[in-house]
This record gives sequence, structure tokens and C-alpha cells, in this order.
Amino acid sequence: MAGPEIKAPAYREFPTVPALQPDSMVGMNPYVANEKMNEAIGFPGKLVDNWEQVAIAKMGELLTKYRSLKVYLDSCVHCGSCTDKCHYFIGTGDPKNMPVARQDLMRNVYRRYFTPAGKMFPKLVGAQDMTKDVLDDWFRYYNQCSECRRCSVFCPYGIDTAEITMAAKEIMHAVGHGHKYVNEIIGKVHKIGNNLGLPGPALEDTLNGLEEDVKEDTGIDVKYPLDVQGAEVLLVTPSADFFAEPHIESLIGYGKVFHAAGISWTLSSKASEAGNFGMFIGSYDQLKKIAMRVREAALELGVKRIVVGECGHAWRVAYSFWNTLTGIGAGANDPFAIELQKQLDPNYKQPAHICEVTWDLIQAGRLKFDKEANDHRIITFHDSCNVARGSRMGDYAGGQFDIPRNIIKSVANKYHEMGVGTTHEKTFCCGGGGGLLTDELIDLRVKGALPRMEALKQVVDQHGVNFMATICAICKAQFTKVLPYYGFKMGLVGGVHQLVSSAIQLGNEQ
Amino acid sequence: MTLFFAILFYVATALFVGGLAYKIYDFARTPAPLKIPTTPAPTSTPGVAFRMFREVALFESLFKGNLWIWALGWAFHMGLFLVLARHLRYFTEPVWTWVALIQPFGIYAGFAMAAGLAGLWARRFLVERIRYISTPSDHLMLALLLLIALTGLGMKFLMHTDIVAVKAFFLGLMVFDIQPLPAHPGLYIHLLCVALLMIVFPFSKLLHAPGLFFSPTRNQTDNPREARHVAPWAAQLEKN
Repeated sequence: MAGPEIKAPAYREFPTVPALQPDSMVGMNPYVANEKMNEAIGFPGKLVDNWEQVAIAKMGELLTKYRSLKVYLDSCVHCGSCTDKCHYFIGTGDPKNMPVARQDLMRNVYRRYFTPAGKMFPKLVGAQDMTKDVLDDWFRYYNQCSECRRCSVFCPYGIDTAEITMAAKEIMHAVGHGHKYVNEIIGKVHKIGNNLGLPGPALEDTLNGLEEDVKEDTGIDVKYPLDVQGAEVLLVTPSADFFAEPHIESLIGYGKVFHAAGISWTLSSKASEAGNFGMFIGSYDQLKKIAMRVREAALELGVKRIVVGECGHAWRVAYSFWNTLTGIGAGANDPFAIELQKQLDPNYKQPAHICEVTWDLIQAGRLKFDKEANDHRIITFHDSCNVARGSRMGDYAGGQFDIPRNIIKSVANKYHEMGVGTTHEKTFCCGGGGGLLTDELIDLRVKGALPRMEALKQVVDQHGVNFMATICAICKAQFTKVLPYYGFKMGLVGGVHQLVSSAIQLGNEQ
Repeated sequence: MTLFFAILFYVATALFVGGLAYKIYDFARTPAPLKIPTTPAPTSTPGVAFRMFREVALFESLFKGNLWIWALGWAFHMGLFLVLARHLRYFTEPVWTWVALIQPFGIYAGFAMAAGLAGLWARRFLVERIRYISTPSDHLMLALLLLIALTGLGMKFLMHTDIVAVKAFFLGLMVFDIQPLPAHPGLYIHLLCVALLMIVFPFSKLLHAPGLFFSPTRNQTDNPREARHVAPWAAQLEKN
């Protein structure tokens, strides 16, 4: 990359709040999507002529469609509770990365056009006209939010900056000002079926190769089936699982779990992607279109269960939104959703997370492990933000924290938690979520990882941790890239099912 | 002056009630199309009610976020709550028993309120991050509230006013029978600020009070797999 060398910020001796460094990230300019990319997914190709009016009209529309946006723009009292909670603020010191300041970029415009106070006394309430400078700030700083929701945990009114960021991105799309990385990916998922643009035949080759590798390793014929009509389980997983390291190790693990439990399963070439970048740009329309592929694949293949692989935002979309968007779930009384729900097996949660599946099997005694196989690993667990704060697993609130940890402790002997305040619902984003996992934002990504790296360093120094397990494709890709900047080996990150894969005993249940 | 304050309070009450009612209606009619509770979240309605209670009465999230802001903010709000309850004696005849019982506590609450406000205001100057996010209206709002608290305490401890006459004024207002308001500078400032606060309430960040109850991250049940949740405008999309 051109420009100055990217360096990790220094570890803080004490995790004090950084001093403000105004405009320190003003140089961070995400690439703007080109005409083809924008138009391919139904947005204006480039900044429309009367964009100010279009933007304000769009904001007005969203204010009638999203209670979250309306309530959150009205309710903030500038108390400051969120100001030191964002990993990007902690890493960069740029005050516009404080959640409240990020929200204010939109709130100020909202006040100017939609509230009596902002119309009459703009200076008094900090109201601002929608200008090109404002739009530039939006594009810059709403693309420095990974929609991880950490700030919403600490807000006395539950204001979720992710909701504001999504609305801002939707408005920017409406005026033809999209982000290249995300829009390119959404284009691919529609055209080819997954974010990485891996076509069906290539996928089949990859899976065949995987079967050979596993056979070589274990001597067992573990299958990685594709488009199998009538399989019991449809597994939808992030496409990175098909070839990226360390993601693929977890895919191997899912296959071994299904094999050992004797559950028939299949992947789908149509829905060969669990990720749903529609959420990142706040577009209900895209969110739904992308999710519909899974519904269609499930109906075509006639599966009884839908299971989602290790992916953070994908699980949030699956768990929290699929029932709404596509009817994948239960409890519907409308024909659209009933069509699918009568096909799905009501004895299982729909959709289920792969960790829920594995943990249920472990509890039922249907999986056996050789825990010593993981003895070379001293493990910690990084809660992925969208799983932690946007979803659940199991039957009770907080199951999303316990189930992955329970699995790890069932398959390995050496486990250590990272510091309080950096895990569970207070977990730090990896720094690459929300559609920011792109090279032009590497400076931001490195800095945003600081709080997680500090917590990791502590357990590395104290306990010799050499494996940070996680259940998110973006976390895995981001850490693989960022760990070396902090002096760690990139192989330090891996999946929970990578650990399962190492320890699981195959063939016992045959 | 009596007439001025009488009209002022009619106008302020109308704006406060009407404006707030409109905002609540506006919040209520706007759908929340997706399930977005900040998890871990309650899986049942009683659970949500309990979570909301903790947010409203204890400021649970703020407690997790920042102890200083929590302590000052909670002292201010609870103080204000007790002080408001104490002031019910100006609007009821005979005074309700529980209002009579809390009278002594209301005085301490007045100090807690003023101390909380002073602390919150100090943070807007002393803490760099909070200085950065503060707007003129944030300062004015605190000034207004602090002025109300100080003039109130002033009338209690320094410059008494004829509170029997004040009570007669408000009881009269409630039945459109205007009684003389005592001429007292402290009282004038106090009432002027209160009326102003009522007027700005529906147009300002004071909307955080009703807002909290409508916050989807706090008031939604975590049951998206068990029940299908579709907003009316989203259901329309399915029909196409």
C-alpha cells in the first residue's frame, strides 16, 4: 500500500481513555462504489444532482419506517456514557468516533430539517444543513462504525449507533454514494451466490478436495455434500469457510460433527453464503433479498432443519431477522411463512447455530472427544459482537456466551478467559465488522483492534494463551491480518469447530 | 403579574401536554420492523417489564457505563422525582397522606437535585470528551434546572414567600378561578423557569423520558425464532 506505513498504536499501560485527537481519522476515505456496482443492486450510479433534497426526503421516509431511528435521534441527552466505549475511538482518539458524536453527524441534520428547535434556533441545538462537507463526514465516519452495538449496552436509553449508521448508509445509497467494498460483495452474492464469488463448480471441487484431505488425515470418509435433495440439514455458512484459513478448519469440523452424529446434511450452491451485507447498508430490501436465497434453497432441497455456520452478523441476521424476512422460524400464521414452517421440523430451533447443534449432541452423549488432542493449545474465547449483543443461542438469555465456551471446555483442557469488561456483552469488536474488512481501511482496522489486542496480550503474558477461538468469519479474517501488527502470529486465531475438529472421535457411532 | 403567570401556565401546560402527547403518539405509530433488543435480553414480557423497571428506576445501563454520570444523574433524577412529589401539596386540598409523609425527604431531595445538576454541569466543562459533545442547549438546560432548584431552595431557607397564597393561586388555576400570586422575585424566577421547562420539554432532548419506553433495544422481547414479527409496511412487500 502507498502512503505512510501503518503501525499499531502502543498498548496503554492502564486502559485510560485517550485524549481527543480531532480529525486524526479525517484522512480515512473509503472507496466510493462505481456506477456499475451501485446500479447492479438498484441504487443510483453516482451522486444525483439534487442529492440534498433526496437525502432529506429519504431521512423523512426512514423516520416513518423505523421507530429506532426516530426515538434515538430525539432521545440523546449528551450524557457521555458512550463516549469511551467504541473500539475505534479508543484506537484512534478521533472525537467523531465517539458514538454520540457519530450519531450527532446525523442528529444535527435531523434537527435542522425535522424539529422546530433546529429550524428556529439551529446554533442553539447544534443543527446543521445537509452540505457536501456533511456528506463527506458521513461517508468517512459512518464507514468507521462496525455496527457492533457495544455503545448501546451502556446507553441509558439503549440508543444503538448501529441503527443510526445503517440509516445513514441507506440515505447515502439513496443519493448514489455507496461504499465500494460492500456494494461489490452484494452484487456478487446476487450474481454468483456468495460474497467471495465462488461459482458452483468451483465449490464442488473445493468440497471434493476437502473430503480427500479429511480422508487422508483421519482415514474416514467424511462427506461435504452439495445440493443434496432431501438431506435433513441445510448448512448455510460464510463462504470464507470454503477456502480461507483458518475458516476452512471449522468447516471440516462441522462435517465431522454431522458425520459422527449420523445426521444427513447438505450445503447449497444457491445459498452458499450465510453473510448478509444487506444489514450493513441498512437496506431492508437487500437484507430480505439476500435472505430469501436461503428460504428458496430450503424449499427446493426439502430440508427439515436449517443450521448456520460460524459467522457473527450472519447469525444475528439468521437468529433475529430470518423469521421476519423469510419465515425461517416458527409461530407464523400467514401463508408465506407457513409454507416453509410446515416443512421444517418443529422439534428443533429454526434456524439453529452450529454451536447449538454441537452442544446438544454433546449433552446427549452422541459425540466423543479426545481432549488431549488439543493439549498443545492454550485457549481463550473472543465473543463476536453480533453474536454477543444481537442474538442468542439456547434456551435462556446469555446462552450465546455459555454454549461456545461449553463446547471448548468439552473438547480441550486448557482454557482462560480474557479480562472482565472485554468479553460477553461488553466484548470488543475485532475491528473489521460492519463491512469494513477492506484493505483501504487497514489503518482503521489495526487501530480498532487495540482494545481486543490488549486483552489478548494479558492472557498471553499470564497464561501463555496461543489460540483465540471465535465464531465469526470476519473476526477470523480481521485477526489473521491484524495480529502481526501487534507482534502475534496470525495462526493465533481460529474457530471453535476447529477445536472440535481436532478432538472429535469419528466412527464410534457407526 | 398574576395574570401573566396565569396565562403563562395555561400556555405552558397546553404545550407540554399537547406536545408530549403528540410525540408519544408519533413514537407509538412508528413501527419497529426488526427485532433488535440489545442481548442478552429477556425472553418474556414480564422479563422486559423488569428490565424496563431497572432502566427507569435504577439507570442500569448508565451504571454499567460510567459511575460518575450515574451517581450524579441518579441523584438529580431521584431528587427531582421526590421534589415533584413534594410539590403535589400545592395542587391538592386536602393534601394526600403520602405527600404529607414525604415532605421532609423532599427537602433533602432538593439538595441532591441541585448537587447532581452542579456535578453534571461541571463535567461539561471539566471532561474533555463531554465538553466536545456539549451544545449550547445542553448548558442552558442545566442552567434552567439548576435555577429552578436554587430558587426553590432559596424560598425554603432564605427568602420565604407566602406559600399559602401560592397554593391558592394554583388551586384556582385548576378551576379557572384566578387568585393573586404573591409578589416575590424568587417565586417569579422559579415559576418562569418551570414554565419554560414545560414548554421546551416536547421539543428538546427532554424527550428521553418517553423515548426510553419506546426504545426497541430495551423494550423488545428476545423471541424472534418463536414468534414472527412483521411490520405493516414490511408485510406489504410480501404481497408483491
